[in-house]
Amino acid sequence: MKEPEKSFVRLRSMVVPLLRDNVDTDQIIPARFLKVTHRSSLGPAAFADWRRDPAFVLEQERYDGAQILLTGENFGCGSSREHAAWALRGAGFRAVIATSFGDIFRQNALKNALLPVELTPSQHEELLAEAVGQDGVVDVERPASGTPLVEIDLERLVVTMPSGRDLPFDVDPFSRYCLLGGVDQLDYLLSFSKEIANYEVDHG
Amino acid sequence: MTPPRTLLDKIWDAHEVTAKPEHPSVIYIDLHLIHEVTSPQAFTGLQQRSLCVRRPDRCLATMDHSTPTFGQQATSHAITDAAAKTQLARLTENCHRHGITLYPHGSAENGIVHVIGPERGRTLPGMTIVCGDSHTSTHGAFGALAFGIGTTEVEHVLATQCLLQHKPAAYEVVFENSLPPGVSAKDMALALIAKIGADGGTGHAFEFRGQAVEELDMEGRMTLCNMSIEAGARAGMVAPDAKTFAYLAGRPEAPKGVPASWWRLNSDPDATFARSVTIDASTLRPMVTFGTSPEMGIPVDEEIPTAKGDAATRGKLERALEYMGLQSRQPMVGIAIDVVFIGSCTNGRLGDLRQAASVLRGQKIAPKVRLLVVPGSMEVKRLAEAEGLDEVFIEAGGEWRTPGCSMCIAMNGDQLEPGQRAVSTSNRNFEGRQGPGSRTLLASPLTAAAAALHGAVADPRPLLMSVGASQGAEQVHGQQGGGA
Repeated sequence: MKEPEKSFVRLRSMVVPLLRDNVDTDQIIPARFLKVTHRSSLGPAAFADWRRDPAFVLEQERYDGAQILLTGENFGCGSSREHAAWALRGAGFRAVIATSFGDIFRQNALKNALLPVELTPSQHEELLAEAVGQDGVVDVERPASGTPLVEIDLERLVVTMPSGRDLPFDVDPFSRYCLLGGVDQLDYLLSFSKEIANYEVDHG
Repeated sequence: MTPPRTLLDKIWDAHEVTAKPEHPSVIYIDLHLIHEVTSPQAFTGLQQRSLCVRRPDRCLATMDHSTPTFGQQATSHAITDAAAKTQLARLTENCHRHGITLYPHGSAENGIVHVIGPERGRTLPGMTIVCGDSHTSTHGAFGALAFGIGTTEVEHVLATQCLLQHKPAAYEVVFENSLPPGVSAKDMALALIAKIGADGGTGHAFEFRGQAVEELDMEGRMTLCNMSIEAGARAGMVAPDAKTFAYLAGRPEAPKGVPASWWRLNSDPDATFARSVTIDASTLRPMVTFGTSPEMGIPVDEEIPTAKGDAATRGKLERALEYMGLQSRQPMVGIAIDVVFIGSCTNGRLGDLRQAASVLRGQKIAPKVRLLVVPGSMEVKRLAEAEGLDEVFIEAGGEWRTPGCSMCIAMNGDQLEPGQRAVSTSNRNFEGRQGPGSRTLLASPLTAAAAALHGAVADPRPLLMSVGASQGAEQVHGQQGGGA
């Protein structure tokens, strides 16, 4: 199986609106799918219970191929299961835009090159209006050629809206450095082996 | 002079291997707890890099999540779910290969990871403790910095015994005054989450303080710290005191005596917290949730609120109530339920079972209600059986199981049918948490037991009056000695 991309520089894609707050990791991947011993092939299980509803946004063909999920506040709260990040990557997502994230999910996402983009509520509203339509109502009449695309640039730390306007956001500098260069965090941590050994000597 | 420090500062400073501006700190981890669900991919990663486990002596593994609580045997042979069986076999292989202590099914030490750490005396004051499980915050009850991590981080700890971490901000949570009878640590946690929201503690570590926290026994403090993550805080902690040390005394793997350093594990008087909230514990009532986020909780004797605020806030409540099959202005008391689950890393300890038994003793649960009581560990099971609690539950019409996460995670055979409603002593009422279509109402062991008797949500306090003085107010308060 092909290794998933470990770096993130920029991305241009449609956005899928999942306009709910407190989307917990049990929704992203229900516990019954956690009886696996690998990371791959969890994509089809993403949002498995919500996908039973044919009206659910991810069941709509028009979003096929979209790589950005646009959601509300406290996305990824709850369980620490990294399977949530793996499932979103498996389902083709490379970024999640929200007004806030659960702490553990944010870390898991960053370690899987799934970029968590935190916007302010007013930025979020602007983006929603441009990329999705007012109040989250998807404008199905939008001409096909005008499918609104959003660009996320980790180098410049901006989300560029379909109108061309930039929304600045922040990512912690170390995670950004790792993502831009595809740097593996364990390799970085292993470079401190000597310091760790010294600590162990000092602390028993 | 060093500036005043919080408990978090003190533990953090003592574990910082390196600190560099604009970089996360390298933090040393004293204890790494491991279970079958979040570890296999980490061990695979280790193997792919040809790395070994740096400190197997600082790891402890158990089987709990995908573990059936029925028909468990000394080996995993009774497990019929092929995927779970594979996962458990992988844990056994991995622990064997790397020399990690594992408490498998059937061993006297087996149990839920957050129950056995303290029980064995592995969880100690001042430690840094991690596990691929968000309820690792439980161990903060001992004055440890304990938090949940993802599987990539599990791999990091296996390989280096360290983690790259940004320091959380300190959040003081004060519970003033004493709890009234019939109100327990679970109610404190649910009241806090209702007050500050499911993301109120994001980016922070809680320090629980105040008279009501000091008065909790160690099991109550574990319940309180356990639920920190449901308010968004990865860690929750309580400064250790004489109760902490008494709990640890004589535990199989705890050190003899009390190191002087343990007494210094508290926030300095002038230490500043990034945030603070105060709750008057004497005003708390038994809490129960009505929605699909732990923040949707109210006192059991109230009505479900009506939607207020903007469209998004109203929509959130309406959606939750629709899922739960409940309505605004409906009183909580009297809401019909199908199942009562007593157990989990939140409320599966001896004191929790004693509280539930105090309500159920000599009574019969309502017809058609299923009561599942799952001790948190083999040790809890043994102690509960020694004092006849198993008989209390069985005679009341309940099922007495072997340890595991059971119906809290519903990936082990214990789960609700779609549409069923449960009062559960676990920690999450998310959609489908207890099985697809399941509806969960979170509550304390006392409130859960009361619901089992009534077949509906009930206020446990009137039942406690009728239980009488012989049970002792102490037991009702959850002040009993914290088990063995």
